[in-house]
Amino acid sequence: MIEVKGLTKIFGDITAVNDISFKVKKGEVLGFLGPNGAGKTTTMRMLTCFSPATSGTATIGGYDIFDDFFEIKKILGYLPESPPLYLELTAREYLDYVSKLKGVAKSRRKSALDMVIDRCGLEKVIDRVLGNLSKGYRQRVGLAQALINDPEVIILDEPTSGLDPKQIIEIRELIKSLAGERTVILSTHILPEVTHVCQKIIVINEGNIIAEDTYEQLSARLKEANNTTLIVREPTVDLLDKISSVSGALSVTHDFDGNVKTIRVESATDIDLREELAKLVVASGSGLLELKHEAMSLEDVFLKLITKEDRTEN
Amino acid sequence: MGNVINITKKELKSYFISPIAYVIATVFLIITGYMYWKNVMAFNAACFRAASLPEALKRLNVNRDIFISNFRSIIVTIMYMMPIITMRIFSEEKKNKTMELLMTSPVTVPEVVFGKFLASFILYAGIIGTTLYMPLFISTVQFTMGDLYWTPILVGYLGVLMLGSVFLAIGIFASSLTENQIVAAVISFGFILMFTLIDAAAAQVQGLLRVILSKLSLVAHSRSFFNGVIDSRDVIYYLSFMALALFLTFRVVESKRWTQ
Ligand SMILES: Nc1ncnc2c1ncn2[C@@H]1O[C@H](COP(=O)(O)OP(=O)(O)OP(=O)(O)O)[C@@H](O)[C@H]1O
Ligand SMILES: [Mg+2]
Repeated sequence: MIEVKGLTKIFGDITAVNDISFKVKKGEVLGFLGPNGAGKTTTMRMLTCFSPATSGTATIGGYDIFDDFFEIKKILGYLPESPPLYLELTAREYLDYVSKLKGVAKSRRKSALDMVIDRCGLEKVIDRVLGNLSKGYRQRVGLAQALINDPEVIILDEPTSGLDPKQIIEIRELIKSLAGERTVILSTHILPEVTHVCQKIIVINEGNIIAEDTYEQLSARLKEANNTTLIVREPTVDLLDKISSVSGALSVTHDFDGNVKTIRVESATDIDLREELAKLVVASGSGLLELKHEAMSLEDVFLKLITKEDRTEN
Repeated sequence: MGNVINITKKELKSYFISPIAYVIATVFLIITGYMYWKNVMAFNAACFRAASLPEALKRLNVNRDIFISNFRSIIVTIMYMMPIITMRIFSEEKKNKTMELLMTSPVTVPEVVFGKFLASFILYAGIIGTTLYMPLFISTVQFTMGDLYWTPILVGYLGVLMLGSVFLAIGIFASSLTENQIVAAVISFGFILMFTLIDAAAAQVQGLLRVILSKLSLVAHSRSFFNGVIDSRDVIYYLSFMALALFLTFRVVESKRWTQ
């Protein structure tokens, strides 16, 4: 449904998006994951034909973003980073206007409006002026606007930003319910978001795609590292060196807190260093207060992906 | 065309939700009303002075002596008001980030520009329409030197509408340049003033330059309208000026996408 080839966007001397390529199948929900300034918004703006790409191409539903952008706009629902609201209108007037702009047939406008009111939970605010709504409700109206023409392709830039936890869950359910029928791309820097709703995840950092996979595979692939945390009282001077030289230890970091030291040792997944580390500390004569083993959390995976990329760059 | 109408309706709604339309209409009516009253009083005084001299009385003319100066005061007033009508047109879209909605909807940039222009024109025509009370009132009065002729009045109004449309198009162009409404208003006022003052500059110089400058002047082209004459050159001048400003707006809106 969506095919992106070598899309690049350069602003002056900043390369916001650097030669990215990916595909999204019909009915899939793709999560675009990346820290601030990664290039998520820029990519979405190129796909929605709002901002022209510097180079590269993309097709949406078989239509080219440069040549057939008018056709794309007809099948597209888009929630920009900040919801595009006319603050002087009421939610009803606004959604009615958007449905006209999007070319919703007159006979279907009423039902389209009812549908988004219901799906985005707007009953309470539908006749209020948008300028008086809270941030979360503005976001919901923005989401309603993206869905009102029942689009085939839905692009959502941080759809849950500003929503309360209950609403976040509801919106996630909503996005999930769109899957299958509709093709969705959403961006976020909140990890649980992608794990809950996306079949496929693209991690992007500094304009480059650094990982592209399903969540399960992504975290499996990244679980090449384990963390072992040791808390040691009055460590001897050479303890750190000794730990670093243990075969299988990939990196060692430490913090001081008085005479208690926290040491974190990272190792490959298939190696368990706990026993060896414990022996080492005890043999050195320091007091071993705690020894903990943890698999990587999703946040760690994410951070690791990003920092890994940095490391190879430098 | 459907898109243009939708955009026009929305723009008109926004005008009437905000106090801008009402404030402008009120201020406009007060100022033009005052000037009209002065014109009528001056005419009245002239009639009294000429009352004993039938020859002098014949030389007075309702259309010319009241309405030509009345049309002039109307355009001086709108020169100051148009930038306020148009300043929000694109600036606000940018501030609200609604440009992103318009540009990702199946509407074209010319439709957006024209729809907005049409809305501001309708508002403007409505405001100008309120001054029709002036000739309506005069037409009820019986004058010894001859009654009011309606044709020149309507031609004069056509001139006011055409000149105003150019002011609007300039204002819309200025609004597309910036997201700051005040800056947009100042830019459009600057443009309007420049193309108006050219007229005065033309009087200072001689020869070809004078011809060129007076041909460029926005106000100079309204004179024959106010005299009740439709000159196709004036009509073409105004229409092309308007088209140029709207075309430039289209180009600016289109090119701004590249920096997004
Ligand atoms: N109009 C612009 N002019 C210049 N640089 C820009 C412009 N828009 C974006 N950038 C730059 O491009 C890079 C990517 O920005 P983008 O907004 O796509 O990030 P993002 O992934 O959406 O971040 P966030 O999570 O904060 O929304 C940033 O370095 C940003 O400064
Ligand atoms: Mg963003």
